[in-house]
Amino acid sequence: MDKFETFTGVAAPLPIINVDTDMIIPKQFLKTIKRSGLGVSLFDEMRYDDDRNEIPDFVLNQPAYREAEILVAGENFGCGSSREHAPWAIKDFGLKCIVAPSYADIFYSNCFKNGILPIVLPQEQVDILMQDAEKGANARMTVDLEAQQITSSDGQVFSFEVDSFKKHCLLNGLDDIGLTMEKAAAIDAFEAAAAQARPWV
Amino acid sequence: MSPKTLYDKIWDAHLAHEGEDGTCLLYIDRHLVHEVTSPQAFEGLRMTGRTVRAPDKTIAVPDHNVPTTADRTAGIKNPESRIQVEALDKNARDFGLINYYEMNDVRQGIVHIVGPEQGWTLPGMTVVCGDSHTATHGAFGSLAHGIGTSEVEHVLATQTLIQKKSKNMKVEITGKLAPGVTAKDITLSVIGKTGTAGGTGYVIEYCGEAIRSLSMEGRMTVCNMAIEGGARAGLIAPDETTFDYVKGRPHAPKGAQWEAALTWWKTLYSDDDAHWDKVITIRGEDIAPVVTWGTSPEDVLPITEYVPTPESFTGGKVAGVRRALDYMGLTPGQKLSEIEIDTVFIGSCTNGRIEDLRAAAAILKGKKIKDGLRAMVVPGSGLVRAQAEEEGLADIFKDAGFEWRLAGCSMCLAMNPDQLAPGERCAATSNRNFEGRQGRGGRTHLMSPAMAAAAAVTGRLTDVRKMMTDGVAA
Ligand code: SF4
Repeated sequence: MDKFETFTGVAAPLPIINVDTDMIIPKQFLKTIKRSGLGVSLFDEMRYDDDRNEIPDFVLNQPAYREAEILVAGENFGCGSSREHAPWAIKDFGLKCIVAPSYADIFYSNCFKNGILPIVLPQEQVDILMQDAEKGANARMTVDLEAQQITSSDGQVFSFEVDSFKKHCLLNGLDDIGLTMEKAAAIDAFEAAAAQARPWV
Repeated sequence: MSPKTLYDKIWDAHLAHEGEDGTCLLYIDRHLVHEVTSPQAFEGLRMTGRTVRAPDKTIAVPDHNVPTTADRTAGIKNPESRIQVEALDKNARDFGLINYYEMNDVRQGIVHIVGPEQGWTLPGMTVVCGDSHTATHGAFGSLAHGIGTSEVEHVLATQTLIQKKSKNMKVEITGKLAPGVTAKDITLSVIGKTGTAGGTGYVIEYCGEAIRSLSMEGRMTVCNMAIEGGARAGLIAPDETTFDYVKGRPHAPKGAQWEAALTWWKTLYSDDDAHWDKVITIRGEDIAPVVTWGTSPEDVLPITEYVPTPESFTGGKVAGVRRALDYMGLTPGQKLSEIEIDTVFIGSCTNGRIEDLRAAAAILKGKKIKDGLRAMVVPGSGLVRAQAEEEGLADIFKDAGFEWRLAGCSMCLAMNPDQLAPGERCAATSNRNFEGRQGRGGRTHLMSPAMAAAAAVTGRLTDVRKMMTDGVAA
């Protein structure tokens, strides 16, 4: 996984609550057996009409936001299914960071495993960043994970919380599986004890 | 010892390692795998030269995009679906997964129905699957939750999951349910009350007399939709109902092991003075047969109600409801029981078990579906299908005008050819009414199997109680 570095980029506003995983990537795109190539289908049903023409009103189709790297959205973002295709599509489109008041659990942890930073901020602060994002391509925000800060285009700084382990993995591009395998001895010991205690499992 | 909740007990029994920052490695007893969320995980193993650590604890079955029409024995026509199912066949072979139920095995079905049916799911276990409705298995008093594909790969490689402990939430349903009210109405009503994010950060334990009185099938329906309430998992303490269901299943313990297991299982309950971070109580008597009217499972109302006005909500929900009503083609003030439907879908991991088919058949017996309606029953597994045929339920469905399908996820998420056309309206027993869930532009109303059967007869959303006398289907 790539290391998550501080960056300054365009933020796209998506002022919708309960953005679910079917909206992010509809099921017809779950048939892939690869992780890449889903970016063109991100938000497919909002982005294209029945003839596969782009719907000009949709935010990511507007010239100002085609290169967006940050998405600002409403509460409970990513609710619905466990499909990791959702963060894969987000990443493949080029988005690296999401800002919302809250996320669904599984989606939230899936983001970290794919190098995406989901920032949680109180609604009032998300509202401010949403207005900022609506200014278009000039509204470039800066995301600094190390300092746990996001800075709006006019220089307002907002601090956010993030789990220290998740932050460490994201900053260093670490692979969870490799880290867990370093604890193989503990897993072996647990497994042996559990086989004694609950032999029917 | 300090008092514990059921969740605390299962958590403690599976904690393989705890880091200084509180990050935990939870040992996983059962890993269920299906074809949609696993290919990239197996690919990851291949790329890194890793193997599956515990193939004997890994159970795989294709379900999401298998066709449910009789011609599926001839193979899958859609090339992408075929590639995905073939990939699972191959991965099962390559990685030594002996517990594999291939598409034409009679035991094949929706992963969350096959697991319990085969006795893989047992009380006190940790169960994961790359699928959000893994919560279903919580009905056995096991800690079961959905995971993403990276986590699927992590569990395949290490048989553990990196977790932080969730908070404890108690949802108590007191008293008795009125006739015509089912487990589906309980679970939808809870979401209606808490909202789709109300359970975020929590593991829910469902308890109370109304829950205790449910069969295992009903309990699975309740836990299945814990995820729609945002919870990490939902569980119900095991009791005699649970033990009776489990006993004699192919992979349940036998003989002395059964006795040993039973002794431990009987300790699996929340202590009286255990700490709860959140408690919700609902009177069973207050629950009515419900339907959803919007595009989120929290958009739920008793069938006797009216489509709400967006202005009656607050915050971001006002715009959300406006958008939902527009998508659903509904007008505020419209009577829910006057909404006409085009399609009825009975099935899914929420309501594709034998009891669900019995409930629907009880309403349909001797009746016909409304002219011009499309209606299908998709049993949750090949064994449910066989049992329903044996009990004569299949004939009731067919005589009424329903299509009688093979097992799979089918129109629950419409990855196979079973889809709604744009604007088409469906009475569905599944769990999600999101935009496009059952097909682009398709409109979904969630409800219980009995309510879906009633809707099939009248061609509109219907109060099933009007088709019953003295609580029995008339
Ligand atoms: S039946 Fe529906 S909800 Fe259940 S596993 Fe299949 S697609 Fe998911």
